[in-house]
Amino acid sequence: MKENSFANSEFMDFVYSVHENMVKNDIMLIYEGEVNQDITKTFTTLTQKNLEESEANLPIKKRVYHVMVECLQNIGKHSDNAESGLPEIPGTGIFMVSRSPEGYYVITGNPVANSRIDEIAEMIETVNKMDKEEIKAYYKKKILESRISEKGGAGLGFIDIVKKTGNKIEFHFQKINDIASFFVMKTYIN
Amino acid sequence: MDALIIEATDETPKVVLDPGNNIFEFSGKSLPEDVTTFYGPVLEWLDGYGQSPNDKTIVKFNLVYFNTASSKLILDILFKLEEFYEDGNDISVEWHYQEEDEDMEEAGEEYADLVEMPLELKSYE
Repeated sequence: MKENSFANSEFMDFVYSVHENMVKNDIMLIYEGEVNQDITKTFTTLTQKNLEESEANLPIKKRVYHVMVECLQNIGKHSDNAESGLPEIPGTGIFMVSRSPEGYYVITGNPVANSRIDEIAEMIETVNKMDKEEIKAYYKKKILESRISEKGGAGLGFIDIVKKTGNKIEFHFQKINDIASFFVMKTYIN
Repeated sequence: MDALIIEATDETPKVVLDPGNNIFEFSGKSLPEDVTTFYGPVLEWLDGYGQSPNDKTIVKFNLVYFNTASSKLILDILFKLEEFYEDGNDISVEWHYQEEDEDMEEAGEEYADLVEMPLELKSYE
């Protein structure tokens, strides 16, 4: 019998391991690539349909949707090019949604210029430290001060995610080179 | 004054600003890529309407979802309505939300705190 090179290829092992890992980690959606508004709409519509069939209550479903939109628009509007360190719109990155017994995770990763690390970290750490009442007050202060940026954001994304989920944002900057790092952020909705 | 009517899309709300029929309503979802382009004409229209508003104006918000950039523009709309109210016009806002949607209720409460004009929260099942 002729050897089936496709069946024995490393690629086959790769495909199967992706499948296995996605099932094992209960990953509903995974995407790597450019994040433009069409991608944002497609994923949110798809997830909305999946969520409608799930048993989660309405506020949780809507929070997952909400966090997804903010995270996707973050990648789309606030990524930098890994080689030049300059803003890249639409940005490119990885986007994942997974289920856990009590809730959902939304995980994103995208390149950002090393020069922006401190600013991003400070924005997240500021809101991570706050309790529920503090964050409500901070949100009101920030929405009053906010101006829509050239990128089209209000600068309220991190605040709103922590306010809506009641959970801290986990994040990490993985160095790519002297210019940029891969910014990974994980949000839990339960 | 001519009505401003914008049909809903997957990412933008339905907007009805119709003085002739005395209907003023925003409904659906709001997550446009560019909030300024979408809401710019709405704010401009309101500027014109504020010159000679109807005897009584009720602006209804019946949104199921909006992103953070839209939340800022909604506040801009409310501030504009607040100006007309402070000029002595009979103008009020109704914030409609699905009963179990506690986040949309909270958003309404926050807007009510931020603007100084009549803003009533109304839940539906």
